[in-house]
Amino acid sequence: MEKIKKVVVDPLFNNNPIALQVLGICSALAVTTKMDKSLVMCAAVIAVTALSNYSVSLIRKIIPSSIRIIVQMTIIASLVIMADQILKAYVYDIAKELSVFVGLIITNCIVMGRAEGFAMKNPPFLSLMDGIGNGIGYSLILVYVAFFRELLGTGKILGFTILTPTTEGGWYTPNGLALLAPSAFFLIGLFIWALRTWKPEQIEEVQ
Amino acid sequence: MQKDSFTGTLVVAGLICIVCSFFVSGAAITLKDKQEENKVLDIKKNLLLASGLAKDSKITEEEIEIAFQNIQAQVIDLETGDVLEDIAPESFNQRKAAKDQTMNKTISAEDDVAGIKQRSKYAKIYKVIDTDQQTTQMYIFPIHGKGLWSTLYGFLALDNDLQTVKGIGFYEHAETPGLGGEVDNPQWKATWQGKKIYDEDFEVRLHLIKGKVSESDSQNLFKIDGLSGATITSNGVTHLIDYWFGHDGFKPFIAKHLQQEGSLSWKK
Amino acid sequence: MFEHYLSLFFKAVFVENLALSFFLGMCTFIAVSKKVSTAIGLGIAVVVVQSITVPANNLIYTYLLKENALSWMGIQGTDLSFLGLISYIGVIAAMVQILEMILDKHVPSLYNALGIFLPLITVNCAILGGSLFMVERSYNFGESVVFGFGSGFGWALAIMTLAGIREKLKYSDIPVGLRGLGITFMIVGLMSLGFLAFSGIQL
Repeated sequence: MEKIKKVVVDPLFNNNPIALQVLGICSALAVTTKMDKSLVMCAAVIAVTALSNYSVSLIRKIIPSSIRIIVQMTIIASLVIMADQILKAYVYDIAKELSVFVGLIITNCIVMGRAEGFAMKNPPFLSLMDGIGNGIGYSLILVYVAFFRELLGTGKILGFTILTPTTEGGWYTPNGLALLAPSAFFLIGLFIWALRTWKPEQIEEVQ
Repeated sequence: MQKDSFTGTLVVAGLICIVCSFFVSGAAITLKDKQEENKVLDIKKNLLLASGLAKDSKITEEEIEIAFQNIQAQVIDLETGDVLEDIAPESFNQRKAAKDQTMNKTISAEDDVAGIKQRSKYAKIYKVIDTDQQTTQMYIFPIHGKGLWSTLYGFLALDNDLQTVKGIGFYEHAETPGLGGEVDNPQWKATWQGKKIYDEDFEVRLHLIKGKVSESDSQNLFKIDGLSGATITSNGVTHLIDYWFGHDGFKPFIAKHLQQEGSLSWKK
Repeated sequence: MFEHYLSLFFKAVFVENLALSFFLGMCTFIAVSKKVSTAIGLGIAVVVVQSITVPANNLIYTYLLKENALSWMGIQGTDLSFLGLISYIGVIAAMVQILEMILDKHVPSLYNALGIFLPLITVNCAILGGSLFMVERSYNFGESVVFGFGSGFGWALAIMTLAGIREKLKYSDIPVGLRGLGITFMIVGLMSLGFLAFSGIQL
């Protein structure tokens, strides 16, 4: 029980996949202009990471090492295609906006990194939990970045107006930079700074 | 069986392929109908939103179907402007046709201001019919062209004089959110209403300018506010209007139509 | 014709740089840019993989997956494009594994330096992104060769530049919490701001 709790909670702050392991950043930049997009993306990533971890772990003992990457990729790609098809069938509007980035979950290093780094060495249930934990750790940053980008960029959260922009007769001038990708880099940089001030053991040694 | 042996590797690879292909094809086939439905519904919805027949993007499926009872689709030959009776509008897909070598036409470099290289020889347009009087109230034309990052796809609705804009909307693009992406801004789209496409010489005159259109400008019927910070997207929109309502686009159709109705008031 | 290819190449390298304009391949971009020498090694690996996979995927798409693509075999009306993702990633994974074996055998120093990041080239979004863009923009075979090489080269250029900046950064006084990863994100943010200046340039 202790162990399960550890693999789920650890990736949130102690070993966050984005802030510490530097995995899965590409999509974090591209889909965080709006909250609803990010939330759908998070759900897809959590599902894919958890299931791929589980399946890889199930067959970890019979995967020949010479083709292990292809085997992992095949499993992940199948899961992603399924996720893509399901999104297109049930939340068409958002799936359309996410476009190629659902497909790019395949190349989200978190999924592959966890399959290779954790699921190959651990039993199925623990791997499933690890997948969920890492998925949530990723979602945490995504939601944080999306919150600020949507709020500063459009004055809205989930489509509800919080700061009325000038174009609609309010006082807030939307900050266009928040909607461009550089802002996501700055936000993640600031998050890391805050996290490391809180947990100084994560500070990197000067080489 | 040794897992790293040659046969072991082949067996595992084969099994993985079979299991995965089962899941993938299963998902693709079972969900295909639903996806196709969504796509058709989405295009209909965009058509309604672009033409101003629907105001709210949260319109339900039923409302869409009801609104579509008054809309007729037609396939036309862009070259001659004739309506083609032998191609069923339901089965015709203009975007697919643009890639099909038997149905497309390569646009000459000097004509290709919209940067689309090829287009379908035929186009699917929509007429909004008045239920009581059996007259056409509005024409809706599909348009597309290059912006900054992506190709913008949309619709433009004209009043029955085939000259006054009733509405515009883009249903697919990947322009910079907040800058070029403002083509989706309802306030901006509303400024198109009542603008004129052609000048008195029947040349396309409507274009986006830099900054705001002033009220006192005598030419303001031909001018639209530019999208601030998005010069290339704005130029893209100007160019696609230029192309699609020019001589290589819908102009032959429009000219023919106006002649038939005897209302061609232009000199040419 | 030559001019067309040249302009496509420069567009892929500068204007539409995969790393700095489309933000693809960020994980490895940030993690393996501490030293110029490793960055060069990885950059070369990406160029090689990219120049092979994009044209290979182009052939697969044109002759197997595209709508009616099987007509050369006499089969009409097929549309296998939903299999696109898995086919591209399959080609990429196979390429990477072959490259891994070759490096392990002939250049062990580079193999050790790249460590876990060699298998991670498979999940480098820049590689898959390159193939997806190729399909989306319907490049022909010749164009896809140029685009594959150009986009890989652009990515390599970006990571070498970043590594150069980070090497110099050792001498600056950065707030403790921001050291390492934090400041790297800030720098990439500034670099991408700079590259926004290229956006929309027509050649």
